[in-house]
Amino acid sequence: MIAPFKTSYLQDMALTKTPLAKASYAGLLIALAAIPLVTGEFYVGELGGLFIFAIAGVGLMLLTGYTGLVSLGHAAFLGIGAYAHAIMLAQGVPFLVSLPLAGLITAAFGIAIGVPTLRMSGLYLAISTLAFGSIIGTVLQKWDKLTGGFDGFPVRPPTILGMKVQGAIGTYYTSLIVLVLVIWVALNILRAPLGRAMVAIRDSEISAQSMGINLAVTKSIAFGISAGITGLAGGLYAHYVRHLAPDSFDILLSIQLVTIVFIGGLGSMHGAIFGAVFMRLLPQAIAMVRDDLPFGLGRTPGLEPSLFGLILVLVIMFEPGGINGRWVKLKHWCKAFPLHRRAASRRQKSYAKSERLR
Amino acid sequence: MSFFVADEIAMNFGGIRAVEGVSFAVVPGEVFSIIGPNGAGKTTIFNMISRIYTPSAGRMMFDGADITNVPPHTIASLGIARTFQNIELFANASLLQNLLIGRHCHSKVGLLAQLGFTRSVRDAEIAHREKAEEVIEFLGVQRYRDQLIANLPYGVRKVVELGRALCIEPRLLLLDEPSSGLNVEETEEMGHWIGDIRRELGVTIIMVEHDMKLVHMVSDRVMALAGGRILALGTSSEVQNDPEVIRAYIGGAPA
Repeated sequence: MIAPFKTSYLQDMALTKTPLAKASYAGLLIALAAIPLVTGEFYVGELGGLFIFAIAGVGLMLLTGYTGLVSLGHAAFLGIGAYAHAIMLAQGVPFLVSLPLAGLITAAFGIAIGVPTLRMSGLYLAISTLAFGSIIGTVLQKWDKLTGGFDGFPVRPPTILGMKVQGAIGTYYTSLIVLVLVIWVALNILRAPLGRAMVAIRDSEISAQSMGINLAVTKSIAFGISAGITGLAGGLYAHYVRHLAPDSFDILLSIQLVTIVFIGGLGSMHGAIFGAVFMRLLPQAIAMVRDDLPFGLGRTPGLEPSLFGLILVLVIMFEPGGINGRWVKLKHWCKAFPLHRRAASRRQKSYAKSERLR
Repeated sequence: MSFFVADEIAMNFGGIRAVEGVSFAVVPGEVFSIIGPNGAGKTTIFNMISRIYTPSAGRMMFDGADITNVPPHTIASLGIARTFQNIELFANASLLQNLLIGRHCHSKVGLLAQLGFTRSVRDAEIAHREKAEEVIEFLGVQRYRDQLIANLPYGVRKVVELGRALCIEPRLLLLDEPSSGLNVEETEEMGHWIGDIRRELGVTIIMVEHDMKLVHMVSDRVMALAGGRILALGTSSEVQNDPEVIRAYIGGAPA
């Protein structure tokens, strides 16, 4: 068992707690930067898509995993970001201005939806965000002067500082850079007062309020930041699909995003990334074995969504910590080897919580 | 001069009068206990002081300022901290994080600075951490510092909740049944904490409590409530021997 010897409060604030962790993240980053040099365009394109979903996953994780607000309308934020970015590019706005602006516009929408829904929580909030998502979907379809309606909207290939950034490799690197930046910002939030306020709201609104946390303001900020990050993912998504269609930002996409945070593991940044990896790999895995499945199962329509649903249910029932929960247990097992005890990873029964002040 | 004054406060829930015209004044540095049978309105009074409920009538003054209508999240920065009857800690955060959330009302860093975790945020965090460590040392919970609240025993959680309230650096501390769910030894220990907080930190305390031994041990004055009204107010022994109070608890012939 190795525990870092702490001599300064700064060590508890550091983004990486041990030299080993720091080295492994740096190694991972170098490996990711080198991947396009050694693999084909297909894998690079798929990984770029994974990064984009990981960005959206981090955005939703801040809202659902850390603030405890479930949103079923995040596909709409992805859509707003994608359309805002594509439209600005078509108007000749440079990429480096357009992408952050798309994020800011989406953040403004996030705050706008956040404010009227502040008094709701749980199921009611989920339903109202669902409604918001379908409203935005309809607007994207019907406002054809701006969005091109069902004809779709072609995304102009961007140039960054004079360099053409098109194709899989360009999207790969821009998404990787944005992902790293977004994770950095998210981790900063989590070690600052705002992140603690979000966690406080998730765990007990009543006492968060008594600690001096302004519930309305904190929830709006959380909504805004989450939407803004998802909007950035949307802008990159526009380059990934190259041609925007209004019906691609529907409830199914929202549910995919929610699945990312639940399967990955609520309340952990690793979880957002693990979830995105899982979500993007499963369809590939299905495609690989599709032809070998018995009884023509591989050709059954709706195989993918049903598998996602099944896995989501199984995860919630048997591993509420998600993939990250498994990961933490595996790490503990390795550290304690060979002295691991079964009881170490058993879930604790919790005491009944007060319902009186709801 | 009175530190906290409740002036004819009342609370109605629809037709139910939980608290009717209760007035009391708390002087600086005292421990003021509120006792009474279930449903007497004790916690309702606490929820009015911490502004979770708005009184249907009456006024509340704290340190010369009217707090009857201030928003609930400003109570902490005014210097009023509270604990909850059934423990409302942040269960999926560590003990240290819980204490740091108690420092929230003292945090003044801007949003953008937090997004970048600038030097000013870092320095403020270190200052908060130092204050939280003082509280950890005061309560002697060093060995639980990095544990999740969900994994801590009930008795420790009670102490942590007290610590979180202390991180606010309150001038008035509201304790809602500090001994509930604790065994005899833990209750006695809680009594010592309360004494220490009053003596060493100079905090004024209002406490709702059922355990008469604890009430007797720490309180300067006791107020007995029943059915939303004041039955008696005085020292602990005066109130315990008051015939009205005895009747409210164990019944007896109507007067």
